[in-house]
Amino acid sequence: MRVPAAGSLGALPSAAPQAARRRPRCSVDPMESAFAPPEAASEYAIEVSGVAKHFGDVSALDGVDLLAPQGQVLGLLGPNGAGKTTLVRVLATLLKPDAGSARVLGLDVQRDAARLRERIGLAGQYAAVDENLTGLENLTMVGRLYGARRATAKARGRELLERFELSDAADRPTKTYSGGMRRRLDLAAALVAKPPVLFLDEPTTGLDPRSRLSLWAVIEDLVAEGTTALLTTQYLDEADRLADTIAVIDHGRLIAEGTSDQLKDRLGGERLEVRLDDGANPDVAVRALSPMSDESPAAMDGLVKVSVRSRRGAIVEAVRRLSEAGVGVDDLALRRPTLDDVFLALTGHAAEEPSDENPSPDEPVDDERSSERADRSGQMGEPERAR
Amino acid sequence: MRRLVTDTLIIAERNLVRLPRAPELLIGYTIQPIMFVLLFRYVFGGAISTPGYSYVDFLIPGIIVQNTAFGGFATALGLNEDVSKGLIDRFRSLPMSRAAVLGGRTLADVATNSLSITILLLTGVIIGFSFSTSFLHAAAGVGLLLLFGYSFSWFLAFIGLLVSSPESVNSVGFIVVFPLTFISSAFVPVASMPDGLRQFAEVNPFTIIVDALRHLWLGAPAGNSVWGAVVWSLVIVGVFAPLAVNRYRRAAGR
Repeated sequence: MRVPAAGSLGALPSAAPQAARRRPRCSVDPMESAFAPPEAASEYAIEVSGVAKHFGDVSALDGVDLLAPQGQVLGLLGPNGAGKTTLVRVLATLLKPDAGSARVLGLDVQRDAARLRERIGLAGQYAAVDENLTGLENLTMVGRLYGARRATAKARGRELLERFELSDAADRPTKTYSGGMRRRLDLAAALVAKPPVLFLDEPTTGLDPRSRLSLWAVIEDLVAEGTTALLTTQYLDEADRLADTIAVIDHGRLIAEGTSDQLKDRLGGERLEVRLDDGANPDVAVRALSPMSDESPAAMDGLVKVSVRSRRGAIVEAVRRLSEAGVGVDDLALRRPTLDDVFLALTGHAAEEPSDENPSPDEPVDDERSSERADRSGQMGEPERAR
Repeated sequence: MRRLVTDTLIIAERNLVRLPRAPELLIGYTIQPIMFVLLFRYVFGGAISTPGYSYVDFLIPGIIVQNTAFGGFATALGLNEDVSKGLIDRFRSLPMSRAAVLGGRTLADVATNSLSITILLLTGVIIGFSFSTSFLHAAAGVGLLLLFGYSFSWFLAFIGLLVSSPESVNSVGFIVVFPLTFISSAFVPVASMPDGLRQFAEVNPFTIIVDALRHLWLGAPAGNSVWGAVVWSLVIVGVFAPLAVNRYRRAAGR
């Protein structure tokens, strides 16, 4: 496994150019405060130090260090099986780590678990709602389990249903809900006690694009109100839009950390993809395009990929070079790096999706999910097309 | 402690609210037991000799005990589903009592068992069953039955958290609970069984609880059966409640 040492890409200080894009942030070197005295603990909502977890022979987490400042979104990006869910389960007091320590809001996830549970909200990849209860009954139950009285819990439930546009379905059993509605209800359940820290474990996996956008908007609102969130995702565009800082995780190790722009810059910029006409000679196309890149272009099945030095004018230049060389072009696209590109660059292997971490025989939105996986690269790449 | 009580009641309410919305569950608690009573009474009844009692009098305590044992499967299946659907993760991330999810389930079983017992007793009376003891004895019998059902729900709570799928829960039902209830005094006199089976049936807790009911409802000789049934119930709770709660603490959703 060719995993660069954690931090080799710079366990980047949070004072990054991107900071200005959203809200003010403090400038602290994360490495330093992993060993910071307790009084400095308030600086970070989430502090993870050397956390390891093994399941039999499988090492789900292999010494993870992570810091999430208050009031920000930390995106944990990685493929299935990378250890994202395991880390969330450790932080949400559901799983004991084998080694290392983790604190949330200064509370130790093991020693202070009971107190911590009052201050966190967990929304998972699998909408954890009772299918036989209505939306309102689900939220009321959760509110009462947080210790609220029935009337208070019910009022809070109505408020959340309103906010998540579920009021019309408030009195329907949730088994009649669509995948997106369930996911919104699940998120609402995580917010019942207005927790200062939220764990969002792949909140949009399996959702159709429209539900995904509306969920994103909700998460952005929450964070604007000052909630700290740890968001796990397999989608670069999701991390890109929601996260202030992104930590890339693979095989239980943190392999890079930084803002979205910093990560993309590591990937060598834009990819130009040229689909050749039937019968066009790929070798000629590769020769024609190679001056545009520092690496030699790759050709496969009539598709030529070039990592271009500059986005500006790349399409025009490529069209000119190809037409001078007499190569027919069917389609041409310039796209930003995808998660696969990030992984390829960071680990030397593609972001394959072993399905060992989260088998889901009865996940109700399976079909949506698989179709989404199929066109994932399309969603992430947001290709800019030219004909 | 107050937390345990309120949280248990909240979870029990959750499990009962769903009943009217799941007709298949309601049928399981009502129509199905009636069907079995009628089948045994009219199909097998004529062929089974129960000296001293009419078969319907002999049968009703036995079949009610079996039905009560199966009532706990709502707990096993429900918990199993909660684990596989990730609901257990939600509960475990809440600042609620750790025992309440199980306590609420088993408590809800007491309510559904009461419903089934009422329906079965009514059916029994319609087809000829009659109490030969005082009201107090009869009520004590119902109480004992509910206690035994409650304890057996804890055993099934443990099973529901132990096995990986609803199918496995069902096979435990067929492989463990069916033989246990049939190799007992529930449906035929133990004396009629061959050696080996008979000895097993004599020490089987299901025989003890059925005999206790026959004493309390029909005035059959008690022996140690009433106290035996109470002790068995307490032992089953004492063993399986801690095991189940421990299992719940470590239960991993997906």
